[in-house]
Amino acid sequence: MINLLLFPVLIPFLTAMILMFFPKKVHAQRTVVIIGLAGSVAAAVWLLATVMTDGIQAVTLGSWPAPFGITMVSDPLSAGLVLTSNLITLFIAWYSFRSIGEGRERHFYYPAMMFMLTGINGAFTTGDIFNMFVFFEVLLMASYVLIVLGGEKRQLRESIKYILVNVISSAFFVTTVAMLYSVTGTLNMADISAKVSEIGQSGILTVIAVMLILVFGLKGAIFPLYFWLPGSYAAPPVPVLALFGALLTKVGVYSITRTVTLLLPNDPGFTHELLMVLAVLTIIAGCIGALAYFDLKQIIIYNIIIAVGVILFGVAQMNSAGLEGAVFYLIHDMLIKAALFMLIGVIIAVTGTSNLREMGGLMKTHPGLAWTWLIAAFGLAGIPPLSGFFGKLLIVEGAFEADNLWGGVIILASSLVVLLSVIRIFIHAFWGEPQPIAGVSAKVYRSLFIPAALLTAVTVFYGVGTEWLRPVMTDAAEILHEPSIYIDAVLKE
Amino acid sequence: MKNSDVIIQTTTKVVFFMIFLFSIHIFFAGHYTPGGGFVGGLLTASAIVLLLLAFDIQTVRKALPFNYTVIIAIGLLLALGTASASILFDVPFFTHAYDDFRLPLFGLTSLHSAMMFDLGVYLVVVGATMTIILSIGSDD
Repeated sequence: MINLLLFPVLIPFLTAMILMFFPKKVHAQRTVVIIGLAGSVAAAVWLLATVMTDGIQAVTLGSWPAPFGITMVSDPLSAGLVLTSNLITLFIAWYSFRSIGEGRERHFYYPAMMFMLTGINGAFTTGDIFNMFVFFEVLLMASYVLIVLGGEKRQLRESIKYILVNVISSAFFVTTVAMLYSVTGTLNMADISAKVSEIGQSGILTVIAVMLILVFGLKGAIFPLYFWLPGSYAAPPVPVLALFGALLTKVGVYSITRTVTLLLPNDPGFTHELLMVLAVLTIIAGCIGALAYFDLKQIIIYNIIIAVGVILFGVAQMNSAGLEGAVFYLIHDMLIKAALFMLIGVIIAVTGTSNLREMGGLMKTHPGLAWTWLIAAFGLAGIPPLSGFFGKLLIVEGAFEADNLWGGVIILASSLVVLLSVIRIFIHAFWGEPQPIAGVSAKVYRSLFIPAALLTAVTVFYGVGTEWLRPVMTDAAEILHEPSIYIDAVLKE
Repeated sequence: MKNSDVIIQTTTKVVFFMIFLFSIHIFFAGHYTPGGGFVGGLLTASAIVLLLLAFDIQTVRKALPFNYTVIIAIGLLLALGTASASILFDVPFFTHAYDDFRLPLFGLTSLHSAMMFDLGVYLVVVGATMTIILSIGSDD
């Protein structure tokens, strides 16, 4: 099956097309979405197994030889990310049944979700930089639909900001690709990498690298470029927020990781220094935000920014411990952010507010929710048997190996802030005197809580099963560390 | 509206078919000369827009009773189907095929599967343009 690596991209795409034929039939929409996503998850598992046994999978579309056609490449990193994003979307689609509302479901909610997943999987899988731009646009256009769908006043205001920022960053992306093309004369990432190591790294390539960090930093919300994120992500309803928070910024982080490791292996001094400083500033800015708010959504949104900083700090170390930690932490963070957003969605549904000061005493009425929240919170902070621990351990180890003592200390200190910010939610919402709550019927509560709890269980498995998952992460980090493996897999013969 | 639009309506009835035929010509010319699915689709949509200008939305809806969202979906399916056919033959995705056929009216003609992909593009462009114009033009 030479085309296997395309299946996780094509199945959501096909599902979206089928869904467009009957937008008003809500039950049929739900059934088709779940079937499509289950198929896509199965394909992604199969792909990951194939990549682990047979090495990197690459196919150049249209039977053209490698640098001339569009190459799609699946290495352990991208296959792992594709599997994670399919799995998260499956849980969020299930969670949407009771929470998104029939009005939105009738107006192309599920097709937009599937088109976004197509773009995300494509951006993770592609091996061609212009194709990556196209997949970015696919996921961004679908995300414009999701952010504005419903037409509330706040959504309209925030979607204008969101679209404006993304249109500008996409224009920068095109300019950067044009510069890269005029320097190297190719768009295939493996071929660019090979050309760059032939001609050596000139000043213009460093400029291009900084521009790429600027572009993907705007998409992935790193410090000075994260200003749009807190407002825009708080506007749409919770399932959309979970989808955005878990997946969208991580595509930017993946792209920085991929381009920085692949395109600039020779002279990492300046760019990696820059990336490291930005990552540390991102962590600090996120920590300030996470402590400043008494709003559930804002606290978790600022935690996204902290995690982006932590992952990029790991990438900037450029040693195998740092990169492996970054890969571990990236997948952990996608899973745990989706779980946390789904859980705050349950809390908001139960209490009818997202203001922490107006809630309390949920421990007595909803003990299951309370303990699940506590497990997810500990997982986020990185308490040992849970999922956030091992990635952060490796990142800190990488920092100490690379003599970035202060960076490592800041990462460790940021864990305390993260723990404080989520435990504050636990204390205010679950302890104390019970407040009058809006309440939802037991049936709705169950159908919101079960997917959220199952996803939390997946993160616990991710933490406990570190030893089983380690080979995937080690291979992924090795390919990031040694771009020649990637180049040879794409430009074989 | 009691204004008599007899000149514009009569001209439109003739010009519509000329634009439509030209769009079909542009669509088929795409392989060897400038043209293709995208401009062809835009030209077809502009022919329908001319009908909208000369008549009104209800008349055009009655004359061309299409659901343009479904046309987008059909176009996408056609494009994906053409590209995916290669999966069945276990060659890389998007591999096209062509051959020469002796057709009854056209004689020896070279048919290429890329045309089916272009037809998908054409349908998506027509569907998307018409959806935009009709949903801005009508306030339901």
